[in-house]
Amino acid sequence: MFRNNYDNDSVTFSPQGRIFQVEYAQEAVKQGSVVVGIVSKTHAVLAALKRNAEELSSYQKKIIPIDTHYGIALAGLASDARVLSNFMKQQSLASRLTYDRPIPLAQITARIGDRAQTNTQQYGKRPYGVGLLIAGVDAKGPHLFEFQPSGVTQEMIACGIGARSQMARTYLERNLDEFEGSTREELIKHALRALKDSLSQDKELTMENTSLGVSGVEEDFRMYEGQEIANWLETTFERAEEEGGESMEVDT
Amino acid sequence: MAALSSYTMSSSTPAFSFQQAPQTSSAAGGTTQHSFYPYTDNGGSTLGISGDTFTIIAGDTRSTSGYNINTRHAPKLFRIGGDGPTHKNARIVLSVVGFAADGHALQERLDTLVKLYRYQHGKDISVHACAQRLSHILYGKRFFPYYVTAILGGIDEEGKGALYSYDPVGSYEREYCRAAGAAASLIMPFLDNQVNLKNQYEPEAAQGLHKPQLVAKPLDRKTTEELVRDAFTSAVERHIEVGDGLQMMVITKDGIEEIVSPLKQD
Amino acid sequence: MDHFPQAWGRPRDDIYGSYNPSYLPHNKGGYQAHPNGQPNTHTQSPIVTGTSVIAIKFKSGVVIAADNLASYGSLARFTDVKRLKPFNKKAVVGFGGDVSDMQYLDRLLSSLDVQENYRSGSSGHGDEEAENRAMMSAKNLHTYLSKVMYKRRTDFNPLWNALLVAGLDEKSTPFLAFADLLGTTYSSPTLATGFGAHLAQPIMRRAVPDEEASQNLEREKAVEVVKQCMKVLFYRDARSMNVYSMAVIDENGVDLKEDIKLEAESWAFAEGIKGYGTQTV
Repeated sequence: MFRNNYDNDSVTFSPQGRIFQVEYAQEAVKQGSVVVGIVSKTHAVLAALKRNAEELSSYQKKIIPIDTHYGIALAGLASDARVLSNFMKQQSLASRLTYDRPIPLAQITARIGDRAQTNTQQYGKRPYGVGLLIAGVDAKGPHLFEFQPSGVTQEMIACGIGARSQMARTYLERNLDEFEGSTREELIKHALRALKDSLSQDKELTMENTSLGVSGVEEDFRMYEGQEIANWLETTFERAEEEGGESMEVDT
Repeated sequence: MAALSSYTMSSSTPAFSFQQAPQTSSAAGGTTQHSFYPYTDNGGSTLGISGDTFTIIAGDTRSTSGYNINTRHAPKLFRIGGDGPTHKNARIVLSVVGFAADGHALQERLDTLVKLYRYQHGKDISVHACAQRLSHILYGKRFFPYYVTAILGGIDEEGKGALYSYDPVGSYEREYCRAAGAAASLIMPFLDNQVNLKNQYEPEAAQGLHKPQLVAKPLDRKTTEELVRDAFTSAVERHIEVGDGLQMMVITKDGIEEIVSPLKQD
Repeated sequence: MDHFPQAWGRPRDDIYGSYNPSYLPHNKGGYQAHPNGQPNTHTQSPIVTGTSVIAIKFKSGVVIAADNLASYGSLARFTDVKRLKPFNKKAVVGFGGDVSDMQYLDRLLSSLDVQENYRSGSSGHGDEEAENRAMMSAKNLHTYLSKVMYKRRTDFNPLWNALLVAGLDEKSTPFLAFADLLGTTYSSPTLATGFGAHLAQPIMRRAVPDEEASQNLEREKAVEVVKQCMKVLFYRDARSMNVYSMAVIDENGVDLKEDIKLEAESWAFAEGIKGYGTQTV
């Protein structure tokens, strides 16, 4: 039976120039539930779909506030994300202590990018099996960064990663021009709609399975869950129905 | 040269260079004396009083070097924990007096630890736990101490005012009131008398061998604030390192209220 | 008669004292560095030194000044040493104390500046206003420097300086703060290091008694007060000179003037001074 000989470690290229371990790690990201991020001129928003392993268990944490000015959303191995978020928390505190300033998002993203890259070039290491969206506001305004297990990081206007995220990205691409000028509320609705689009037919966004993270200019990063997002869910999907968009089932 | 270095002379002959290395550093050319002293005293005074539902911590805002006034506004009170650099929703206050640079370093360490506690446990640290942690930080630098007298205040798990005082190497105790710093010796006796009612007796009691002591009760907030103010205005009169401004932080279950008022600048 | 050939022609211990072998390699009996149980030693006193640095905050910025002299004890050794170091558009650092430590810190700041610009260049969209906002402010720089100073004192290897950091903070309001070899820091509308704390500070505090006064102070007035202070310092501080640098930092950036000559210098007042100055006959 055919067996791939070039995927035993992350330091060996295949003859086609691929590093399979890194690609497999990227598959782990696709196993995670979907997360979406969007930025406007004034705000950065994260939206995430939480999964519970079984009815009796709690929902997996998808959004982690790191510092007052930013937070992350994760798709993939939650435990790897925890390691990365601890590192980010430390770096953020260090920046506050040594320079008395919030760490620039480009800088913290570069730091975790570098960390992830070393895992792909040293024998015996394993790439992080998690993708992150880093969203927040620094001295240069609102930002959204995407982080991949390969160590690749990019600044984005809007982004979706995780299972079935292609549908979310399609929504984001279609509405790309609207984001920049969006208000806080509009941006949140866009994020929720993008999230909703990635769901399978039989699934719904509910208070229990949705998380939001919002930060803006002069507004600290804050996570919204449960009852706090009930209103947004209601108004977002009511309007979609009125506009005659894709038909959705709304709880009444 | 090899022969030279392996050669040893008897003690009766004159000694020469390489062989007679002085064995102790006390001989000429040994280690130099350290003339760098890593501490200084930046003066000032602090005090804390805890009541039934609140804790007040206060400190003057003068910073000194010898007879010089460095600045008239150098706070000695710091909020610990809460969110971000503004310490929003913090419920603990640390005051430090002594060597200001150490005080600042101590404050930053404690604040970072308290913030990490919240990040890791998802809840705010209790004053009790924070107080013990502070003791461990100070004791950890037992052989190169943070040269500060710290007072930590907050609201305990029963909703009562909590106040902890420290020595520079981490010995600590929960108290109702404590003065620290340059004018501690001026303020503390006043507090003993007015807060703990030391040397105050039942006025009606018979003047005999037995004089019943007045029993101290927790003070109300207004009286406490007035006591603090009186303590500092008096200290300013008699101590040159105290003055310029009075910073007070009142910690209640609803948060921390900061009051800054002027003191004499002379 | 000396019977030891290896001692012939060498300085005799009974005349010159025993040789100090502490500088020799360890296998030859040296005991300088750590491995032999001796402590590491560091700078225990400054060598070539600069004197006072003074600064005042005004309405929209900060004025800072320091003279050009580097003394070797009481010898006026170098007369062209610039002790104000501009960091970027928002911050200037003024150094008092050891000159070699100043030069070390200056190199440290240069590398920090390179690091900062390299970083911001990688993600910049070329938006100058955003770049400006994100630029390291005087406050950020002061925090960093005070951490360096405190770390070094804690290691018993101090950088023998007293510094003033002058400029604008992240909200573009005037910022002025002090840091020294012990890691002590403070901030005030007027600041002076060294002799300036005795001689210039009272003059500056008369003009700017508090924060409010500095917010009403015009740039011209601030410059005038600083010039007056530099004159008093030259007259009264024996380790000073009459050529100095002065920088004004405001929202337009750093305006640094070097080699400013003291104006209207006159020693005529000296004639009237008898004894310690209080004597009248």
